[in-house]
Amino acid sequence: MELLVATAVGMLTASGIYMVLRLRTFPVIIGISLLTYAVNVFLFGSGRLLPNAPAVLTDGVDIYSDPLPQALVLTAIVISFGMTAVVVIVALGSWLANDDDMVDTPNADTEPDAADDQARAGAQS
Amino acid sequence: MSLFLIALLPFLGALLPGLMIHAGRQACFMATFLVTGLTTVGLLVHAPAVLGGEVIQAQLNWIPSLGLNVNLFLDPLGFFFAGLILIIGLLVIVYARYYLSRQDNMGEFYSYLLLFQGAMVGIVLSDNILMLVVFWELTSLSSFLLIGFWKHLPAGRQGARMALTTTGMGGLALIGGMILLGQAGGSYDLTTLLQNREMVQASPLYIPALLLILLGCFTKSAQFPFHYWLPHAMAAPTPVSAYLHSATMVKAGLFLMARLWPVLAGTEAWTYIVCTAGLLTMVIAAFIAFFKHDLKALLAFSTISHLGLITFLLGTGTPFGVMAAVFHILNHATFKAALFMTAGIVDHEAHTRDMTRLGGLRHLMPITFMIATLASLSMAGIPLLNGFISKEMMLEEATVTTLYGSPWLVTIVATVGALFSAAYSFRFLGHTFFGPKRSDYPATPHDPGVGLWLSPALLTIPVVVLGVAPFLAEPFVKTVTAAVLGDASLVPDKYLALWHGFNLPLLMSVIAVIGGILMLLAYKPLIKAWDNTPRPEAKTIFEALVNGCGTAANRFAEGLHNGSFTRYAAIMIVTTTAVGAFAWITGTSLAQGREMLPITPPAFAGWAMLVAATLFMVRVHRNRLATLILMGIVGLIVSVGFNYFSAPDLALTQISVEVVTIILLLLALNFLPNSTPVESSPARRTRDGVIAVLGGVATTMLMYSILMSDFPTASISEYFLANSYKGGGGDNVVNVILVDFRGFDTFGEIIVLGIAALVIYALTESLLSSSVRARLLNRGYEEEQAGDAHPLMMVVLTRVMMPVVLMVGFYIFLRGHNEPGGGFISGLVVAIAVVMQYMASGFAWAERRQRYPYHGIIGAGVLVAGLTGIGSWFAGVPFLSSAFGYFRIPPMNEFELATAMAFDLGVFLAVVGAVMLSLESYSRLARRQGDETNEHAMDIDPSREVPPIGSLRTTAQKEG
Repeated sequence: MELLVATAVGMLTASGIYMVLRLRTFPVIIGISLLTYAVNVFLFGSGRLLPNAPAVLTDGVDIYSDPLPQALVLTAIVISFGMTAVVVIVALGSWLANDDDMVDTPNADTEPDAADDQARAGAQS
Repeated sequence: MSLFLIALLPFLGALLPGLMIHAGRQACFMATFLVTGLTTVGLLVHAPAVLGGEVIQAQLNWIPSLGLNVNLFLDPLGFFFAGLILIIGLLVIVYARYYLSRQDNMGEFYSYLLLFQGAMVGIVLSDNILMLVVFWELTSLSSFLLIGFWKHLPAGRQGARMALTTTGMGGLALIGGMILLGQAGGSYDLTTLLQNREMVQASPLYIPALLLILLGCFTKSAQFPFHYWLPHAMAAPTPVSAYLHSATMVKAGLFLMARLWPVLAGTEAWTYIVCTAGLLTMVIAAFIAFFKHDLKALLAFSTISHLGLITFLLGTGTPFGVMAAVFHILNHATFKAALFMTAGIVDHEAHTRDMTRLGGLRHLMPITFMIATLASLSMAGIPLLNGFISKEMMLEEATVTTLYGSPWLVTIVATVGALFSAAYSFRFLGHTFFGPKRSDYPATPHDPGVGLWLSPALLTIPVVVLGVAPFLAEPFVKTVTAAVLGDASLVPDKYLALWHGFNLPLLMSVIAVIGGILMLLAYKPLIKAWDNTPRPEAKTIFEALVNGCGTAANRFAEGLHNGSFTRYAAIMIVTTTAVGAFAWITGTSLAQGREMLPITPPAFAGWAMLVAATLFMVRVHRNRLATLILMGIVGLIVSVGFNYFSAPDLALTQISVEVVTIILLLLALNFLPNSTPVESSPARRTRDGVIAVLGGVATTMLMYSILMSDFPTASISEYFLANSYKGGGGDNVVNVILVDFRGFDTFGEIIVLGIAALVIYALTESLLSSSVRARLLNRGYEEEQAGDAHPLMMVVLTRVMMPVVLMVGFYIFLRGHNEPGGGFISGLVVAIAVVMQYMASGFAWAERRQRYPYHGIIGAGVLVAGLTGIGSWFAGVPFLSSAFGYFRIPPMNEFELATAMAFDLGVFLAVVGAVMLSLESYSRLARRQGDETNEHAMDIDPSREVPPIGSLRTTAQKEG
């Protein structure tokens, strides 16, 4: 069972990374969401896997599931919704205002232009 | 006056000049003078006690765990420096009042000056060496402001930058050195540290600490090879040069060497490094000073040379050397500050400081001439002036110092240094004031008003008095020397006296003075040779070095961070994976102590679906709607997985978040293109694939290793399990952690969530108030519209479901403390119920029925949670401590009430508000021109008589 969970986390991470490395906003957002799943399950897994262990105090039970990672992941899930919503509105704003949904700055791979260098030289004196 | 007040007063007072300048320059000056005057009085009232041998202390714990305490102490050494700083400060303030022109912002100047003064006083009063470093850095910063005070002059800005870079670098080294010293000496408090000489010097940390601290001292006190910044700092207004660069700041390095003398000095390393640096600096700077035409440049190099002299004296490591150093610090401060002020007066009156354009001023400016003569002859070491006495002491110390195995080396070097020193002093006097009167001064020089010459004149009083009657200073100098040495019995019993008989030092003095006169007579051939000799220019080297560093840093940063998000995402992932792999290979992994759980068929089926969904997603990710559906599958499997592994709270949260996330992404997809174009090359896709597989494999291995191992140490979860019911009054440990044990975290989280929603709202607002609004309103429909925008079935269904869902939400909320559930989950559930109404009947219809703005709900939530936390203050317990009790209202069963429930209510409200505000913002973007605001809940309503769509004309006709 541990193997299944570990490979599932690996699959989520791998597909998340691949999507994050795409060039348009939408797949990048999806990629981040996939990575969120992976991270949440990973954190949850740090409490080890315990099927059929109650999460609520019950009389006569010795083995409980680890509550701490659960509490951490619970808030993480909610916060990640908030963060996804923010990233989406940013992507949307860029698309609506500039018709641009590329994640890279245009001409990022070319040398910084001469005006930049001049500005820098001016700031130094 | 309390030591805290003495240290604080200049800082507080620094606010005054900036305010008072509006009341005029005189008021501004008076305020500044008053602040420094008050501080000086506060210091002087301690004089009897301190000089009587008492050490005054003031203590305040700041960060005791770091050894960082605000401890101040005042001993004779601190008193000596604080006195110098404050009294010369007073004179400089008076001088600056008349020196600054009307164009200069006097309030700004005095504010900086007081800041600097406070920082200096802080250095000399600090008992804690870390505190001392803080003040040390403050002097670097405030001197940067002062050197660059004339912002319009490029030389001022460049000089300020050079000074800051050099002294800042030294400050960095000093921090390291002080931390090492504290480690070696077992304390960061000077009073304790200074007792631990053997411990420090035996420590292996001694040498690194010594080197780093000396680096800090040498940069601050402009010792060779870090002397280059001081001449460039002369671009500052002259009061700054007189104050910072002769009397105070550059002496901070000397102060620190004297302060740490008991623990650092006396070793071979100390003697060699400090003596060598001091002697080299003394000779080289004195030699250069002779050839400088600018009065201030000459004085700057002379200052460097004298600082070298004092450094040498401290470096010898003998009590007599320390006594000479203390006395020379006092003497140098008096004559050098006076000389800087005279240079400023000449500049002010003749409008030039260039000696090749000056000469013959003795008739035109008799008062200035008098002051300059006394001060510069003292600098040259002429008898009956104070410079002579301390120079004799230096020469005497030189004759008994053996360095590099030669007893004569130091004697010769010291004599040469004294000779150059006499030469430039004579040149300063001769080329400015003597010689024929000229007709081509840039302005006609004459003596200034009393305001300008008063301060230097006052400074020449000790020059003469101490020169004639040095015994007057003897008790004071000896007390300070004892404070430096840390032991009064070590103080040498020699006397400060004018006449010690015919001895070697006197002979050396005579040689120096005669040599100096000869050198001045040979000025013309010497300057010709000087001009024809190529020399390295410190400024060019410095600029080249700084620019080189800048270029290298830019190249490095732009290589990594060039604006391409994919590039740095890839770099980050590869680096993380590589670091992880390195740790994996070199470290020891946890013992694999757990048995693998058997794989059950349902679990395998879930796993297979998840793997298939992710693989398929990568395959079809260009079809965005399909991607969303696959996302939904992944989310569902994850929720089911949480449930399977005993985390019902997580499962509930995940599934409800899943719903809102998908709704949100669908709303976004409404605007974005439906498919992603093919842009990346196959090579790039392969590269990304390789990175992704590497990352995936790494996470799998890590996860597997963790899952198969036992906890390396006992988990703190045991504590939560044991105390959840006893301390928090709840059976659901996860919920108790959220609302009680870690309530503060949760409080922070709901605030973050609220801020995220407000950010979305604000961005939507700004989009809608830009040109985007018109484009959004006028965009057409790409596809044919469905007939029913608000279908009857859906409206009826959502209305029926609404109370049920609300009830479920309420139930989940209430049971949260003892069963799976709680504020987060019920908030999401209720939000979904409300969103369904928006979906069914349209944004406008729902909005009209929305009574409370969602911002308010978020705010109410945060407020309720915060007030619950504050409520515990009234019970006398810390923020967010919870209380609970069990009540019984017949005929109901016993039930529990806990303050945690009120907190959970806050969480609930914040979650509802945040989710709704985000979704509502997205929906607002979706409205377009020509959309009819639907009056009714649904398009077709059998109960209505008049069908609203497509029959408006009939209605009009009927009514008509």
